[in-house]
Amino acid sequence: MSKNNKPKYLSLSGLEPLIVTPESNFINVGERTNVTGSRKFLRLIKEEKFDEALDVARDQVEGGAQIIDVNMDEGMLDGAEAMVKFLNLIASEPDIARVPIMIDSSKWDIIEAGLQVVQGKSVVNSISLKEGEEAFIHHAKLVKRYGAAMVVMAFDEDGQADTYQRRIDICKRSYDILVDKVGFPPQDIIFDPNIFPVATGMEEHRLNALDFFNATKWIRENLPYVNVSGGVSNVSFSFRGNNVVREAINSAFLYHAIKHGLNIGIVNPTMLEVYDEIPKDLLEHVEDVLFNRKEDATERLLDFAETVKGDKKVDEAKVLEWRSYELQERITHALVKGVDAFIIEDVEQARQESKRPIEVIEGHLMIGMNVVGDLFGSGKMFLPQVVKSARVMKKAVAYLQPFIEAEKDGKQEFAGKILMATVKGDVHDIGKNIVSVVLGCNNYEIVDLGVMVPPEKIIERAKAENVDVIGLSGLITPSLDEMVYLSKEMERQKFTIPLLIGGATTSRAHSAVKIAPNYTHAVVHVNDASRAVTVVGNLLNADNKVYKEQIREEYEKFREQFLKRGKKKNFVTIEDARKRKFKIDWNTSEIVKPNQLGVQVIQDFDLKKLEKFIDWSPFFRSWDLHGKYPDILTDEVVGEQAKELFADAKELLKRVFDEKLLGAKAIFGLFPANTVNDDDIEIYDENGKTKVTFLTLRQQLDKREGVPNFALADFIAPKDTGIEDYMGCFCVSTGFGTAELAKQFEADHDDYNSIMIKALADRLAEAFAEYLHKEIRINHWGYDSNETLSNEDLIKETYKGVRPAPGYPACPDHLEKKTIWKLLNVKEEIGVEITDSLAMWPAASVSGYYFANKEAKYFGLGKITQDQLVDYAKRRGVSNEVAEKWLSPTLAD
Amino acid sequence: MSNIYQAIQQRILVLDGAMGTMLQRYNFSEEDFRGERFKDYPSPLKGNNDLLSLTQPQAIADVHRKYFEAGADIVETNTFSGTTIAMADYDMEDLVYELNFESARIAKQVAEEMTKENPDKPRFVAGSIGPTNRTASLSPDVNRPEYRAVTFEELRQAYKQQTEALLDGGVDMLLVETIFDTLNAKAALFAIDQVQEERGIKIPIMVSGTITDASGRTLSGQTVEAFLLSISHIPLLSVGFNCALGADQLQPYLSRLSNETEFFTSAHPNAGLPNAFGEYDQTAEQMQELIEGYLKANIINIIGGCCGTTPEHIKLIAEVAAKYKPRQVVVRA
Repeated sequence: MSKNNKPKYLSLSGLEPLIVTPESNFINVGERTNVTGSRKFLRLIKEEKFDEALDVARDQVEGGAQIIDVNMDEGMLDGAEAMVKFLNLIASEPDIARVPIMIDSSKWDIIEAGLQVVQGKSVVNSISLKEGEEAFIHHAKLVKRYGAAMVVMAFDEDGQADTYQRRIDICKRSYDILVDKVGFPPQDIIFDPNIFPVATGMEEHRLNALDFFNATKWIRENLPYVNVSGGVSNVSFSFRGNNVVREAINSAFLYHAIKHGLNIGIVNPTMLEVYDEIPKDLLEHVEDVLFNRKEDATERLLDFAETVKGDKKVDEAKVLEWRSYELQERITHALVKGVDAFIIEDVEQARQESKRPIEVIEGHLMIGMNVVGDLFGSGKMFLPQVVKSARVMKKAVAYLQPFIEAEKDGKQEFAGKILMATVKGDVHDIGKNIVSVVLGCNNYEIVDLGVMVPPEKIIERAKAENVDVIGLSGLITPSLDEMVYLSKEMERQKFTIPLLIGGATTSRAHSAVKIAPNYTHAVVHVNDASRAVTVVGNLLNADNKVYKEQIREEYEKFREQFLKRGKKKNFVTIEDARKRKFKIDWNTSEIVKPNQLGVQVIQDFDLKKLEKFIDWSPFFRSWDLHGKYPDILTDEVVGEQAKELFADAKELLKRVFDEKLLGAKAIFGLFPANTVNDDDIEIYDENGKTKVTFLTLRQQLDKREGVPNFALADFIAPKDTGIEDYMGCFCVSTGFGTAELAKQFEADHDDYNSIMIKALADRLAEAFAEYLHKEIRINHWGYDSNETLSNEDLIKETYKGVRPAPGYPACPDHLEKKTIWKLLNVKEEIGVEITDSLAMWPAASVSGYYFANKEAKYFGLGKITQDQLVDYAKRRGVSNEVAEKWLSPTLAD
Repeated sequence: MSNIYQAIQQRILVLDGAMGTMLQRYNFSEEDFRGERFKDYPSPLKGNNDLLSLTQPQAIADVHRKYFEAGADIVETNTFSGTTIAMADYDMEDLVYELNFESARIAKQVAEEMTKENPDKPRFVAGSIGPTNRTASLSPDVNRPEYRAVTFEELRQAYKQQTEALLDGGVDMLLVETIFDTLNAKAALFAIDQVQEERGIKIPIMVSGTITDASGRTLSGQTVEAFLLSISHIPLLSVGFNCALGADQLQPYLSRLSNETEFFTSAHPNAGLPNAFGEYDQTAEQMQELIEGYLKANIINIIGGCCGTTPEHIKLIAEVAAKYKPRQVVVRA
């Protein structure tokens, strides 16, 4: 056979073939069926609106996409399940399925799940040398065996390639491994040499475009038959907001990249100007930047961009221009922009001009706050801005208060009175405070009872204050039961006012199924501060009957649907699950004895060390800004806000470090341990006597053959092997002083910083846990003393061993905290307590276990069935009812 | 095994015809299907043709011999439904290994006898791997398009078991055939490739798809070219089409395939389209004439028959095939 004569072209297929020859035009990959890139698509998938999600795919194909990229990487989704379902649906739509699929995920199991359901020759996006050669070869072999092409990122063990040399070195190395060791057909390789933003003003980014061009050219010339692709719109990120310039950069970049050999790409066609139609002067400036042709190319483009956009930037003089506005405009401006520097001055002027001081609140300030409310409601302002507005508002009101009180009968007219409380046993209040502030801004009077509020107190205060609405919040799972209890109490005591439910563990499903049926009157789940105002407004409207009935109907419908939802899962008995446990080969498994056994305490830890361990993405999430750090700082929608919030956070963080505002403590212990009876882990003292026993829960979902049913106990050697194994546990806290600080800020009417300090303390606690885990791996236990991982790797949990925490997916049983407290003497040693509901106090604390085995991994327990519950109750020495109370969220219906 | 590669360069190889059509002539009863061994088996067994390798091995050997005598170079094992998935219909999942092993052994024994008689014409056995009765990329329920009655993983396991048993029984090559859902075939190829790696061997693999009607597509909707691209990631001996259509209807698709692939090509069409009674009545002479069209167009390396074909058909096909040179694997520049 004349094997070498056949031209080697990338050839893909859906129902129809796609062959990429040198004559092919640039291959355009549709990008909208990607949950990380399209909020709309994410929402459709989350809400299981698959028909509409298919429409998105169909529009892409009809719009000319020759491949469609499907990505389901989102924390709240079961990525593999969503991928399989969506690809299966696409398979039954011939007008979509005619094009090849790009299976896009950073997780191999999602990629593999996708590969198993496409009949055509698809493209995997992506694999790389990031996790080393072994994983790279393993994945490439499988991709080949499944019959797919693949995108290979210019990424290696040291990180993403960002220079010309690194790009070509990594691609060459990848190519040699794939072609020589794996026998991967070179024409089925698509390199992604990383497109980075240009004109960022950073010296090291000057060559971002040029390096990409040259690397692309080198790859096409030196690595026979391969293809090159990239995500194009990234290149113009620094000009978000100025679409004229962005589009010009995108299309000029694409034009030259294609000339250098880019032949496939993910391009948003609406963000692309026709190259020939870019005004010549603009094009010249853009190309100066792309090719780094002038020393000051970036500055010149920036200046030029102003003339294109016109009103993009305001100069220094203009900043204070608003001070010359009319009084009302100034007050509105101060509120909208959250500037408190002149508010007292302006309010004083307003007071003098008004007949009564109350009119300033009901007039000037409310007019301004209404503008804020409208902007927020229409998505033009974001939460951190609103909280800043509230700070200005509160300062103004505090200033006016003495004048109002001096008048008799000078009471402020509120739109309604709302009781807010974090329920008994729970200490988390960031979300509740945000909702309170937002409602406060909208002229509601807030009665905030704080955290850990017993139900009797909520009932009593609600009556005494004659409130119009009760709002409950909670973050840990036992709080759900508290809310259920309270709804029953409200019914029994013949309340008629609406009950609002919010907080991280609450859900519309839980509210509709478990709470609403207990209470004859309105129950509404509100998990988003921006909705709170509308919901409360509707509830307190004089004419609210329709709305209340609507809500009830909606919840009843939802409840019905939820209860009879199709997804029936099958479970195996606990005995069978134990037979299918995850089996580590204990004869060969490496067990490292910890360098230091026993308990150790860290009393006054220097928080500064934690700065680089902070995972910022959840911080932004707590402010309702969604996106991944650092990309969120340049996000088109929330980038500006995120940047500002980040700057404020950094400022407060610096104060925390410099003035030692928060105290950090930690305790941890490493012990000999063995698993007994499959699911229990015994912890021994130096004489081999059992100190405590950890009870683990085992997955019971009926999985396909060969896939184990995990329990944490699987990661520790069973006692009957005779092998001595080890386990650790820990508690860290950075919350000492948080509550006091927050109070100080509140006294100063500064809710913004009050919420900020709590959010920061939470991040620091997580960072501390990460830091300590690293210390454990490298020093105290020392099982991975050669580890060198970047902070991103830590966040992505690429290290060996795991640190699961009670109350989280691998072990939802909060009661285990009691065992940790007993074993380490946590309360006495470092002062972190656990509440009745087993929340930790101070709130910014993290506790958990350490497992060192190389094969230990994070997993989600999923649901368990009655037989395991009964078995657990017996092991725990409690009644079935008590066990059920703690484990109810994990019990299968 | 290696001389299949020599033989295929030298001449057009002839594949056998239908097994089912031949077995119908025996008119086996339920008792015949059961034999002594399965006389008390709880489920009805008539129609389980693969089982005849255990209960009527002589009949199976005779059919193979007739095809060899008619001029076939390759016969297919009687294992079209030899997977746990297809055998579930008869509650015979546990017999799958034995069925495949015995079927392969019977065919191989006949092939060896024939090769001994005429060493100049070595005879081969292809292990037949059918599509199963479930599809991995189509939902059997129109109201639940996302549903699948079988997963890739289930297919892979089933095909792996069949592959191992066929190889243990002595087949020279494997024939993944009558593919109406490409994803099923990909699972089979995945399994075969795993066995190649585990055993450190290279198995000659034939892949044969089915174009279901004049749309020119597989049942799962792929065009000829898309189908070819989807199964070309594993080195194959040949790729081709079989079943559903007669030789004339199949020719345009075969031409396209021959143009596109650098593997050898195969075809085993039906004896025309079925008549109103579901019978195939294209005569051996008629079919010979149509097949000569393939030979003149020089698009074929392996030729045989599917439903409705008999040793008479194969005899005439072999005669005409001997007059032509095999297709040379030349690919468009």
